[in-house]
Amino acid sequence: MSHLPEGMPRPLADELTEPFWAAAREERLVVQRCGDCETWQWGPEWCCHACRSFEMGWAEAPTRGRIYSWERNYHPVHPALRGRDPYVVVLVELPEAGGVRMVGNLLGDPMQEVRIGAEVEAVFEHHDEADPPYTLVQWRYV
Amino acid sequence: MDEFTIRGKVAVAGVGETTYWKHSQSPHAEFKLALMAILAAAEDAGIDPTEIDGFASYSNDRNDPSRIAAALGCRELAFSNMQWGGGGGGGSAAIANAAAAIACGYARCVVVFRALAQGQFQRFGQAAAGGAAAGHDAFTVPYGVMSPAQKYAMRYQRFAHEHGIERSALRAISMASYHHAQQNPRAVMYGRPLSEEDYDASRWITEPFRLFDCCQENDGAAAILLVAAERARDLPHRPCYLLGAAAGSEYRNGAPVHNAPLYGTSSFTTVAPRAFAMAGIGAADVDVAQSYENFTGGVLMSLVEHGFFAPEEANDFLTLDNLRADGGAGTPPKSDRRPGGRGGKLPLNTSGGNLAECYMHGLELNIEAVRQVRGLSPNQVEGAEISVVGSGPMVTPVSSTVFGAEATL
Ligand SMILES: [Zn+2]
Repeated sequence: MSHLPEGMPRPLADELTEPFWAAAREERLVVQRCGDCETWQWGPEWCCHACRSFEMGWAEAPTRGRIYSWERNYHPVHPALRGRDPYVVVLVELPEAGGVRMVGNLLGDPMQEVRIGAEVEAVFEHHDEADPPYTLVQWRYV
Repeated sequence: MDEFTIRGKVAVAGVGETTYWKHSQSPHAEFKLALMAILAAAEDAGIDPTEIDGFASYSNDRNDPSRIAAALGCRELAFSNMQWGGGGGGGSAAIANAAAAIACGYARCVVVFRALAQGQFQRFGQAAAGGAAAGHDAFTVPYGVMSPAQKYAMRYQRFAHEHGIERSALRAISMASYHHAQQNPRAVMYGRPLSEEDYDASRWITEPFRLFDCCQENDGAAAILLVAAERARDLPHRPCYLLGAAAGSEYRNGAPVHNAPLYGTSSFTTVAPRAFAMAGIGAADVDVAQSYENFTGGVLMSLVEHGFFAPEEANDFLTLDNLRADGGAGTPPKSDRRPGGRGGKLPLNTSGGNLAECYMHGLELNIEAVRQVRGLSPNQVEGAEISVVGSGPMVTPVSSTVFGAEATL
């Protein structure tokens, strides 16, 4: 079951981002990593910001991170959110993947206390009924 | 190195604004609003509108300069320029670009304009139904990060966490805008004062931002006409010169999906120092400031990055009394100001700003900055000579302008 209501915009994969979405379907968290200098990079880009190499690969990242920042959204800006509960968005830092940050929802009570620095783990939220199916990466307290 | 600064080379000849309406309430088409504001600026300058030969705007303004020049019968089109980037980050950059065109001889009489009638197009704070998110948006939009408030709240949240910022600091910024709007009959919130209780009771939009931390959406248009400095003394108003301007953002501010190395920033850490260096001033020299309020948290960081106070001073500095043009003893004499600060006073957003005058994508803030130098603000800071604008905190690029009176040259 999805954390946000059905009817939210779905992610579209493209040539640059497809490996991430494919891995998420298999419950693996992957991040871009430079084939030349091994710099981690997120979001995906065509070249490495550290060495300008175009040999960007993908590496599996540990599925634990820390909350770097957050927000709690009340005002529904999308029709699917009208009349629904607030929801928490977290920015999660992955210390073991070069400190890159990912955006997701913090699962659980939308009014729960959110603590910057707290440890969280990835939860793969499958949308199997969607056509084509896709998987979001969400977060919960460890 | 004098040739590498805009300082004193360009002057503001005229400013023009239409009536400001709540969103969707303009009785005029957006393009007509643009024409009306430009004509008002030309009239204010005492310059024949057919003399306008250049146009500069920002944020993908929909009103094409070639059509405007044709509509107004301008004798020649010599410069048409669009500053990249969304939100109000280009509000001062468009002035910088227009001034550069004049200083380099591309054009002689350049108008900076912005026109908005959002009801006639799609509003900023609303997403389309259903749909899909492509590219980098795919990593944020499906999680409900769509509106400007949602895109930028986490930058401020991080900054507030790192520096222990209290809610009273944001409240003071909001109240300063509403306070100043009560003296400004043009302001959409004229006659609608905001109390501490109203602010505290207002609903959350995106925590940490309440309703009164967020800008309005409005209809209207604004324009600023620039000419070479040599012409300034022959124009009707007290001369107002551009002393400095800069646009951009720090290292990798635009790294995708919230990965800027310096995250808790309003994007001014390199831009504001460049504008001030070009103007040859420090923060303590500034008499009055306009800081673009998309959200009050962005204003707070912007004031820090313009050097008005340190992050750890924010809770003490940001009170309504310190930000109002008529506050207490007023602006302290320059001799009493400590380096890097202003003795605890900074008249801020003196027309009411985006929160309470009008959300004209911040071009109204540059107009108010000019009014302060002319001595014509509804909340005039006595003897104001140096007037600063910070446009579009937290987006990239952002931009700053520094205006000065004749005595500052
Ligand atoms: Zn590399």
